[in-house]
Amino acid sequence: MTDDRMDTIIGNLLRAGVALSAAVVAAGGAWYLAAGGSGTVDYRRFRGETRGLHSLVELPGPQALILIGLLILIATPVARVVFSLIAFALERDRAYVMVTAIVLIALLYSIGTAWW
Amino acid sequence: MHVLAFSVTVFAVSALAGFLGSLTGLGGGVIITPVLTLLLGVDLHYAMGASLVSVIATSSGAASAYVKEGLSNIRVGMLLEIATTLGAIAGAHLIRVVPVSALAVIFGGVLLYSAWHSFQQHSERPATVSDPLAVRLRLDSTYPDGDRHVPYHVRRVKTGFGLMFGAGLLSGLLGIGSGAMKVIAMDQAMCIPFKVSTTTSNFMIGVTAAASAGIYLSRGYIAPGLAMPVMLGVLAGSLGGARHLMAAGIRPLRLVFSAVIGLLAVEMIYNGISGGL
Repeated sequence: MTDDRMDTIIGNLLRAGVALSAAVVAAGGAWYLAAGGSGTVDYRRFRGETRGLHSLVELPGPQALILIGLLILIATPVARVVFSLIAFALERDRAYVMVTAIVLIALLYSIGTAWW
Repeated sequence: MHVLAFSVTVFAVSALAGFLGSLTGLGGGVIITPVLTLLLGVDLHYAMGASLVSVIATSSGAASAYVKEGLSNIRVGMLLEIATTLGAIAGAHLIRVVPVSALAVIFGGVLLYSAWHSFQQHSERPATVSDPLAVRLRLDSTYPDGDRHVPYHVRRVKTGFGLMFGAGLLSGLLGIGSGAMKVIAMDQAMCIPFKVSTTTSNFMIGVTAAASAGIYLSRGYIAPGLAMPVMLGVLAGSLGGARHLMAAGIRPLRLVFSAVIGLLAVEMIYNGISGGL
């Protein structure tokens, strides 16, 4: 694979991830506003109820859908790094396979902290 | 505040911030947090969480276009992302031990700096020789200028790497993209052409922010109901801003926007010191 080809695929990957994420967040947002019509919100005091990925099952449907959209967004750069890792491996560029693997491990560590 | 009224207000403010941020090149994320905390009374942690999410959206959106044009240097980006992701993880962990007042003061300082930085003249200092490390890591590249490819050399890889750790640290600590600091590391320290530095910085911001996002999520900083209008607003605004990028009269607008950032910075520092946040 050439570097030019890699650029094009990475560009498309990023665009698709952001578009999909925005669509899911917007759908969740519409549902959230329709469902929460007369309620109030207060973000003045930090409570931090949405903690980690298991919030997906605890949150009400609309907020859970928004969170899924946000997770797609967070996964987009991660997918880009995974793709780069494969591309460098195909180019047999050992130094950059190492570099990319370190970045991927750092990202997976961060996502791992949100797992529980 | 009423759910619908609050969401619409946050969306409108975020769209305006995203529009001005992308039009002036200052980035929308950096003013979202002060606007949410100072004007709408949102807790600093929630504001930083929403801002971080919007940073991933705008940087990935913009990067997709630059990468295709061959402006970003993917090898430089990939290498320096080791430093920014490790910095971001450290920064995100530090939030729990740094008092809110100190966070606000640091935030104000970074805001002041980015307002000042946007007025600096960008003097290109093309390097004639490369850092041996840059040669070994194949960092030297070319960028398209019209229909020719301009070659460039990369210098001081280690210094750039160190500065990038700092940029990542600030990004994780404050929930911002810290694009200005990434650009400085590349165009000042490493002598990479300005155009390549800005687009590569943009390319790196998404990965850097994703490295703190997991920790933000595990700590409860990302509130879906707040992040939703912020992310959609900033994204819509910055897409609109990018479309008007070539329009004339950007300079006075940048002047006004920088003045707004400066004011927010001073208020942020004041509130941090007086314990108003």
